[in-house]
Amino acid sequence: MKFYFFHLMPYADLDQSYSEKYNSAWVTLPNSYYDPAKGHALYNRYLDELEYADTLGFDGIGVNEHHQNAYGLMPIPGVMAGILARNTKRAKIAVLGRALPLLNNPLVVAEEYAMLDNISGGRLIAGFVRGIGAEYHSSGTNPAESHDRFHEAHDLILRAWTETGPFEFEGKYYHFNYVNTWPRPYQQPHPPIWIPSQGSRETIEWASHLSRRYTYLQTFSPTTALTRYMAMYKEEAEKQGYKAGPEQLGWALPIYVADTDARAYREAKPHIEAFINKFLRMPPEMLLPPGYLSLASMKGIAKAKGSITGGLQTIDDWIEKGMFICGSPDSVRQKLAERQKEIGFGQLLALLQFGTLPHDLTKASMELFARKVIPELRGS
Amino acid sequence: MAEARETTVRVDGCAVSVKRAGRGEPVLFLHGARGAPRWLPFMAALAERFDLIVPEHPGYGRSEMPEWLDNVGDLAFFYLDFIRALGLEHVHLVGNSMGGWIAAELAVRSTHDLASLTLVSPAGIHVKGVPKGDIFLWSPETTTRNLFADPKFAEAALAAPVSEEEQDLMLRNALTTAKLGWQPRLYDPQLRKWLHRIDVPTLLIWGDSDKVFPPAYGEAYRGLIPEARLEVFERCGHLPHVEQAEKFVRTVAGFIEGTRR
Repeated sequence: MKFYFFHLMPYADLDQSYSEKYNSAWVTLPNSYYDPAKGHALYNRYLDELEYADTLGFDGIGVNEHHQNAYGLMPIPGVMAGILARNTKRAKIAVLGRALPLLNNPLVVAEEYAMLDNISGGRLIAGFVRGIGAEYHSSGTNPAESHDRFHEAHDLILRAWTETGPFEFEGKYYHFNYVNTWPRPYQQPHPPIWIPSQGSRETIEWASHLSRRYTYLQTFSPTTALTRYMAMYKEEAEKQGYKAGPEQLGWALPIYVADTDARAYREAKPHIEAFINKFLRMPPEMLLPPGYLSLASMKGIAKAKGSITGGLQTIDDWIEKGMFICGSPDSVRQKLAERQKEIGFGQLLALLQFGTLPHDLTKASMELFARKVIPELRGS
Repeated sequence: MAEARETTVRVDGCAVSVKRAGRGEPVLFLHGARGAPRWLPFMAALAERFDLIVPEHPGYGRSEMPEWLDNVGDLAFFYLDFIRALGLEHVHLVGNSMGGWIAAELAVRSTHDLASLTLVSPAGIHVKGVPKGDIFLWSPETTTRNLFADPKFAEAALAAPVSEEEQDLMLRNALTTAKLGWQPRLYDPQLRKWLHRIDVPTLLIWGDSDKVFPPAYGEAYRGLIPEARLEVFERCGHLPHVEQAEKFVRTVAGFIEGTRR
């Protein structure tokens, strides 16, 4: 198993009472809630944490992309990845954006990723996402075109990386007379591609296709969904005539480690609950605009209810659903080993800072995770 | 009360569901974002005097979603073909909200087959500095409340049971509305340049309490269509044909009958 230290860079200083006046930390929360002096300190603290993960021996570090919100302060994740490409020497650098459909010119992603790959000497992992529903409100991108724009932008970027330019690209949403990307990627034919998702059959069929075999990352999901989607990927691979390897299956979730179970629970509780109830808070209209999911998926959700937007939740709810792991190094190691044995994922993205979790606790949890959890699981 | 016949009509390769009732001059009603799943009292009243035709747009309700549907301009061309396919010469075209936008786009392309045009709180233009309601960010309940000036209509709509089929159709209608109108939000930047081409008698109907498109949009439309008359209904929201059905029917019938030469 490979281990990644993954950061969202939340605006941890957010006035938590915002929720008395606003229904979300996204789209419509006034940016007067953001204090640049505090933001300056947070950005530098978070970069320190990512760089520290490299020295602690994580296999990789990950940054993320979100727009116009307090949940994650990396609208341009390449800024962070560029800094990390220079200040780290060993870890892979995963950019778990870029939200392709939001862009009018996806060639900028081909360029940005190629730059990062060259600077880092081939340590880039290239993430492609659609962005979450809120971002279709923020950016004025039509959610009903989301899937088609994503696929077309992906095809454009892949061709820009692998075909000799200049060539003409003739798509429905993007049409360029001269595609001729400089620089070319350092890794040949191109950097590894990861597809983070909340889970859908369409995405899995696409990512697992024989011509792609991309690493599929299940993010912030209950164990039941994780199990279902990982099995779905393996089945799809078999239909395509190959066996999906563990490196193709990833799981991203918040984790907290302290020296005892009781202490871990006590320390994590306010911060994970802020993450769940304040930073992730979003009405369904914001999370799932029409067309963002297929009609079949929307119907399923309308029936199931209880999505991540439904009502206040506690640390216990998330632990019970398997969406948060917290405890002593032994407990955390044991839980991860069990899940890994059942499900067979080979990439674990640990969100070891979440919500309002302060630096000292983040650092202590990172150290315990790196020293007492990773080594025994690495061979599994 | 006139009963509507439901049929399926295939035009431009797309099968659409059509309700039709009454006799007399043809009136084609183009529905808004919520579709036209039911035969409503204003339809029955119009069908007492006219041959009323109410299709469900391609991509809405029980009509098919055609491969070619990308924007409201596509629907304008579709309805020009629909009018011709049904042989509706001198049709009185009436459209509300999304349907009003389609009707306006149709009329700037050709008024050849139109006898008159009635636009009821239509989408289609943007008035700088006058924000529209955000139907995509409002919850379903907020949307229902914001559609009416008189809360008793919203209460009744919210209290009505919704079947699974209706729920599915609402999701489908919302998807098509997003596809056609998410960005730019419910308007076509090119439309206002060509509204002057409309050369048939035109009536605009607007509720003074419309929270989706404020009444300033009605005034802007009146300024862009030569000879257009604007009727503002007092204490009325975005759906005058539902909220003030009797007055709506009286106004539309009077206008249509007044256009006879």
